[in-house]
Amino acid sequence: MEAVYDWFRVFYQDTGINLTFIYDSYDRNRLIDGFFMTIWLSLICLALSLMIGVVGAWVQGARSVILRRIVAAYIEFFRNTPPLVQLYFFYFAIGSILPTTENRFGLEEPILGSFAWAVISLSFFAGAFNVEIFRSGVEAVPESTKEAAEALGYNRLQIYLYIVLPLAFRVCLPALNNNLVNLVKTTTLAYAIAVPEMLYMANQIWSDSVNVPEMMTFLLIAYVFLVGVLVWFMHRWERAMRLPGFG
Amino acid sequence: MGMFGKKPILHGATDLPVLLPAAQRLAATAAKERAAGFPLPRLRARHGLWLVAILLLSAGIAEAQSGTPEKQSAFAALINWVPVMLEGFVFNIAISFLAMAIGTGTGAVLGLMQISLLPPVRGGSWFVTQFFRNAPWLVLLFFCMFLLPFEFDLGVVVIPFPDWVKATIGLALPVMANVSEIVRGAVRSLPSGQWEAAESLAFTRRQTLWEIILPQCVKRMLPPWMNLYAILTMATVLASIVGVSEMMTQTGRALAAENRPELLIPFYSFVLICFFAYCYPIAVATRRLERRYQVKL
Repeated sequence: MEAVYDWFRVFYQDTGINLTFIYDSYDRNRLIDGFFMTIWLSLICLALSLMIGVVGAWVQGARSVILRRIVAAYIEFFRNTPPLVQLYFFYFAIGSILPTTENRFGLEEPILGSFAWAVISLSFFAGAFNVEIFRSGVEAVPESTKEAAEALGYNRLQIYLYIVLPLAFRVCLPALNNNLVNLVKTTTLAYAIAVPEMLYMANQIWSDSVNVPEMMTFLLIAYVFLVGVLVWFMHRWERAMRLPGFG
Repeated sequence: MGMFGKKPILHGATDLPVLLPAAQRLAATAAKERAAGFPLPRLRARHGLWLVAILLLSAGIAEAQSGTPEKQSAFAALINWVPVMLEGFVFNIAISFLAMAIGTGTGAVLGLMQISLLPPVRGGSWFVTQFFRNAPWLVLLFFCMFLLPFEFDLGVVVIPFPDWVKATIGLALPVMANVSEIVRGAVRSLPSGQWEAAESLAFTRRQTLWEIILPQCVKRMLPPWMNLYAILTMATVLASIVGVSEMMTQTGRALAAENRPELLIPFYSFVLICFFAYCYPIAVATRRLERRYQVKL
């Protein structure tokens, strides 16, 4: 590996293209940390937004009008306002009224940090889309299929677990994947509240090493590659899970 | 009235007694929508009242938090700053119009290139589309902000490139890629019988595309295009991160000038409400159009 690093050092001297994140171990580690932070943030938000989606879709089928209205308002609000402003609203506005705790240096510190707020805000944002997706999936399961299950002696919970959910999942998989890809792209917004994800770390590096064009190009390629791999993988999965003769 | 002598019933008109009370209202709405050419959002006074209520509530929370009577009330402070913030909002809308125009123009060309018969053109435009679709908006915005020059020197004339122009270009790039996909998807979604029928009638490829395929596609493209516009409008706030003086930047300045933490909630609520008031009617109209243009099988 050292030879590679040296090669990039010489490359910098020869061409002026300064790829510090390859040969400088400090910058390299920062960027790797940022990359994993992006992945970690995406995974947590994915899990939480899926939960919000399932619960929301279930509540939307409730008998209570008020509950349904609340879920509908939640969906419309989060879908029709900018995610960045939502993030600011959560982090600065809601964060300012929460109590603070003292950290080990005796300084006042809010109980929820920027990472936690990014997770909350992005999960709610992606969750709003997931509710609609799940609901449409559940609705797409034909009535006759459910009736057939009933005729075979399944009870309501069993129908939901063994018949409706597996079918609904396969129906809404393309939309879910689309939303997941969007979520990964939206994690870059966490930059605005200083969550150390890849964009933020790249910013730190280009501030220190003054290599803006190199870092920008790398970032663009890295994100396109990351999302491209995800899209490709999801596309294959979708094709494998497609219901023949169904939509 | 006989089965065959029946007059064609316009949308909203009826001869069923049970529907008569509503018929006039429905006919009026239908006439208005026909005149406008698209379904109008059905907004009522209560929608606005809800938004105002939320704003008052958030200002009320701030009021309770501040508690010191000698300072200006949170609501008065908000009223003071509203013109500045709305000015920023107008700038957001302007950026969104411009970026949408640039993105739609270039995206339509790119989309048509994606259905070209020449493999290199098709492959190249596919790659460009996928590249800009997969890149996060914020990263593209950073890219344009930092790497575009602040002016173009053409020898005789110097074209200045202020920040907001660069931001507009940065936002137009992902719009371009998405429009390209919308165009391709719409052309793909038409039944192949349309192409074959045109071919059997001796239309050339260009004629088929311009006179048969694309006119049918416009209807299919309109709802996703409007959806994209709403997404773009919401993305214009990203320009605040790179220092364009749009609404979010103005709000930040106002908050910095006031320097009162209890104002955070009403000010950010106001920004959220402005965007909601602008984007929600678009979303509703999009859904209506989608339902209206749904292909019946």
